[in-house]
Amino acid sequence: MANALDQFRIEPIVPIHVGNLDLSFTNSSLYMVAAVVISTVFLTAAMRRRTLIPGRFQSVAELFYEFVAATLRNNASEEAWRYFPLIFTVFMFVLCGNLLGLTPYGFTYTSHIIVTGGLALFIILFVTVVGFMKHGLGYFHALLPTSVPGPAGIIMVPVELFSYFARAFSLSVRLTANMISGHIMLHVVTGFVVALGVWGGWVPFLGAAAIITLEVLIACLQAYIFTILSCVYLESALHLH
Amino acid sequence: MDVQSMKFLAAGMAHLGLAVTAVMVGLIWTTLIKTVGRNPACKESVELFGWVGFATTEAIGLYSLVVALITLFS
Repeated sequence: MANALDQFRIEPIVPIHVGNLDLSFTNSSLYMVAAVVISTVFLTAAMRRRTLIPGRFQSVAELFYEFVAATLRNNASEEAWRYFPLIFTVFMFVLCGNLLGLTPYGFTYTSHIIVTGGLALFIILFVTVVGFMKHGLGYFHALLPTSVPGPAGIIMVPVELFSYFARAFSLSVRLTANMISGHIMLHVVTGFVVALGVWGGWVPFLGAAAIITLEVLIACLQAYIFTILSCVYLESALHLH
Repeated sequence: MDVQSMKFLAAGMAHLGLAVTAVMVGLIWTTLIKTVGRNPACKESVELFGWVGFATTEAIGLYSLVVALITLFS
């Protein structure tokens, strides 16, 4: 049973130790570099020949752009548009991370809570800074809407404060839990393929094929959910309810 | 009872919350199908909410899975 969790182990490829810190280049780092390289190469190569009416390759890159742009436009106001590069980067990073894990011998760096937690914490802190930059100290009104009467307000402030930071937790654990559970399920079912051998192995093989299809769907969907929630949090900071 | 048996028991108990999650995910799709059934023209507008609702509901169910995994493997 411990075998199923071995796929998430982080192995250092190039050990780099600075004093007491372990800054090795691990398989997780390798896949992150791969995600950056793939998305950059794909988008720049598709836009190499820029025509007003896009050819096939350019259309695919424009699909990605328009998808994230439409998400940001539908869920946030006009002034959130200046944060589009951040939202697009987050979307491509999470999408590539989720999909690279489905390749053979692939490693899902988004299945580690430290990666998604760091990403979600960054988004929440970024949104907080944006809120303070725009509203000054009036950003604390996000914790207590002005239409709430006195005693209810005293109860509401700690609850709202807690739920404000719980958003970072839920954002990260949602992505991590989906990736972990999908990959463990896949590992177990494909283990059955090996265990049942040639004669019986095709039954769990069909199950594994169905699960991989579901996993591709979940990978894309979770990347989209992460992006849309970042847009919603950004909008809630820019326009206090 | 030793620690390992308690871990298995705890992991099993942590999974009970997933039953409600499964029912509620089914409820989302049921409502979606009913809505599209009553008004087929609104399919594009509610489809997005169906997918987002499904992902967030499933995520909450998976939080209990995370607790189960933590108890099993630590």
